[in-house]
Amino acid sequence: MDRVPLERKVLSENDRIAAELRARFQEHGVLCLNLISSPGSGKTSLLERTLEILPRHDRVAVLTGDIQTENDANRLKRFHFPVKQITTGGTCHLDARMIERHLADWPLEDLDLLFIENVGNLVCPSSYDLGEAAKVVVLSVTEGEDKPLKYPSIFFKSDLMVLNKIDLLPYVPFDITAAAENARKVHPGMEIVKVSCLTGNGLHEWMVWLGERRRAHKSLVQQTVS
Amino acid sequence: MHEMGIANSVLEAVRTEMRRYPGSYPCKVAVRIGEMAAIDQDALRFCFEAIIQETDLASLELAIEFCPRRHRCQGCGREFVVHDYDSRCPRCASLETTCISGDELELAYLEVEEYGSSTVGAKSTQ
Repeated sequence: MDRVPLERKVLSENDRIAAELRARFQEHGVLCLNLISSPGSGKTSLLERTLEILPRHDRVAVLTGDIQTENDANRLKRFHFPVKQITTGGTCHLDARMIERHLADWPLEDLDLLFIENVGNLVCPSSYDLGEAAKVVVLSVTEGEDKPLKYPSIFFKSDLMVLNKIDLLPYVPFDITAAAENARKVHPGMEIVKVSCLTGNGLHEWMVWLGERRRAHKSLVQQTVS
Repeated sequence: MHEMGIANSVLEAVRTEMRRYPGSYPCKVAVRIGEMAAIDQDALRFCFEAIIQETDLASLELAIEFCPRRHRCQGCGREFVVHDYDSRCPRCASLETTCISGDELELAYLEVEEYGSSTVGAKSTQ
């Protein structure tokens, strides 16, 4: 009997493609963000509000994943930015190969910012690197403040938590302080913005975070090039 | 539920590795699963057993090594296992600690046996 060390990632093929994507994003100065949440937390609403605010000439595109339907792409196409739907047909997450395939006919040199809206699922998408610069987790106040403790992986791996639907706080028993504490228990120092995609409340903080990320990414890319 | 995809990736890795060992067969594959990897061990075992059934790898054993979340204190350097999300250093009580493991989803090792070796005979008589 021989024991052979393997010592590599289980998802090494996905990680290989993700690394290639990351290198391409870097080469073209594209900031890629991977948005993850349960179904119905408001990923698409957040993107709608974001695309509504961004100037028309901005170099932004969206890949949006779902198991079935083109519904989300149709919602997002109204803002005249390039949008493509990825329907997985049953798979509960996006993987790097799906991103590679759907980006094939998009010239990355025309983009500065790429949003990937993952399939609504708080568990599986956290295992798959898509070549993004950062994961953003969206949690809504109707879901319960203990979600970060119950589904730690995605809160651990995300740079930012967007707490959505704060307009509903007067109507639901949601402890916003405990939610933030729980997120920071899993991910010490995690950044959090509180928004209502319905009223627009708090979106300014989200746009500030986004703007800062874009600037930081741009200067990082410039440093790498020079 | 993405454990089926994970199980498939493990099996693919085994098949790829086995090309280097003609005349042998794999007995056991070991994976490391971190506490923060969002993988259900029971679901992974169930999926793994389901996909090897009635194949040439039906006797392949899956070993799972669980890796708890570990932090290192930036102040005193102590490394410790985090329980109940309490990432405070147990030695100096500092909150400035960094995660050093617990996110694993890795292949650890493969055990291979030559066809016709004594263990195979022993196994078949059991």
